[in-house]
Amino acid sequence: MPGVFETDRVSAPHNAADPALGIAFQEIEKRYGDLFALRRVSLSIRPGEMVALVGANGSGKSTLLRVAAGLVRPSSGRIEFGTRSIAEGPYGSLALRRRIAMVGHSIMLYDALTAEENLSLFGQLHDLSGLPALIRDGLAAAGLAQRSSSLVRTFSRGMRQRLAIARALLSAPGLLLLDEPTTGLDVQGIAWFTDTLRRLRRGGCTIVMSTHGPSEALRLATRAVRLEAGRVAADSAKGAELTSMLDFQEN
Amino acid sequence: MNLARGARIILAKELRTEFRARELLSTTIVFVLLVIVLFSFTFDPTSAESRRFGPGLLWLAFLFAGSLMLQPSFLREQSNDTLASLRMAPIEPFAIFLGKIAANLFFMLLAELFLLPVFAVLYNVSIVPVFGSLTLVLFLGTLGVATVGTVLSAISVHARMRELMLPLLLLPALTPVLVASAEVTAGLMAQPPVLNTEGLLLLVIFDVVFLTAAWLVAEYLLEE
Repeated sequence: MPGVFETDRVSAPHNAADPALGIAFQEIEKRYGDLFALRRVSLSIRPGEMVALVGANGSGKSTLLRVAAGLVRPSSGRIEFGTRSIAEGPYGSLALRRRIAMVGHSIMLYDALTAEENLSLFGQLHDLSGLPALIRDGLAAAGLAQRSSSLVRTFSRGMRQRLAIARALLSAPGLLLLDEPTTGLDVQGIAWFTDTLRRLRRGGCTIVMSTHGPSEALRLATRAVRLEAGRVAADSAKGAELTSMLDFQEN
Repeated sequence: MNLARGARIILAKELRTEFRARELLSTTIVFVLLVIVLFSFTFDPTSAESRRFGPGLLWLAFLFAGSLMLQPSFLREQSNDTLASLRMAPIEPFAIFLGKIAANLFFMLLAELFLLPVFAVLYNVSIVPVFGSLTLVLFLGTLGVATVGTVLSAISVHARMRELMLPLLLLPALTPVLVASAEVTAGLMAQPPVLNTEGLLLLVIFDVVFLTAAWLVAEYLLEE
């Protein structure tokens, strides 16, 4: 798209292990008609932080994650990625999009493609180098190596979710956005996911996660932000107590 | 990543999913076959009448095929929110459209090439001597249908009455391309056959204008 948004045409193949990417929301608002999904949200997330977004249904967690992913354009406000300031989000910046990955409410996978084909499609779109090895390792890590040639439509909910997580991690993103990532995962799946998050956190990846209910993964968060009716109601980085916020969310 | 590479990846995905499911292509061919057969029974065409009405009926049948085939283009990206994955990928938004337009063009041309001999037999017209020119008209006309239809499929996907929305938008938007395509096709089926170069030029202009418009608004069309 010419003109309106900046467009970085980066043709070199992507190298794995992107450095962490910080993100700052400045006075972000999102309106749907008269309804405010987000109200003047200002939040600065440093590179390498793992932030748990907590709050009731409809508090704006998913909208904020989708704004960060560039899927929803804010009605007003600014977003900064690292040292870059972008008014409307990472829509036009190909280089930024390459460094952001998301696991959403839906699995973002094609039912008519196999597990391997889904990862291959994602890898090709991201121009990843060494793709066959990345796919092999990703499927093995997710415990899906034996089902690599099976169509996604034949997968159970938990397997689909593991593949969705493997897809998001394939590009070694600098910023990982997770919206209810443990949905459908069984006990083993949650343990694998928690280990994966722990490893990502050690590697310095910036993680922003929203989740409901008890979750071991939530306990890995270095910071919690509670949203209420689209506003930031509490932030552990600004005096609120992290453990009590996570306890509140779990209970 | 350049535009062509992004579009090629999307095209390969579209072809793979369709040839694996084989739902859209077979259904559309059967549907349009029925339309062409019913038209031939309704009008009981002699050769002279066929040359007069045939091209219009043929393109009307192709338009029906288009409205049936193009609807799922973006609709099926909704079931697992796969469009979000495409939008987050570091490719230009128009690459998504270009890949889908190319896939829809290919599917529609395939259906048309299958139906053309059936039409020739039922309507008693000879297409063999003008097959090359006819293929060019089919390509240019169908490119217009596929471009407009793919763009409208992206627009109608968020609408409440989306099944009705696409045909309602498609028919008026495609009137110029249908008239031009039918006229050029009629010229080719006349005795002796005539190549209407003005009509062909109109089709080229139409295609260029709609592809350019799609390129300019692609990012906005994909927004939630």
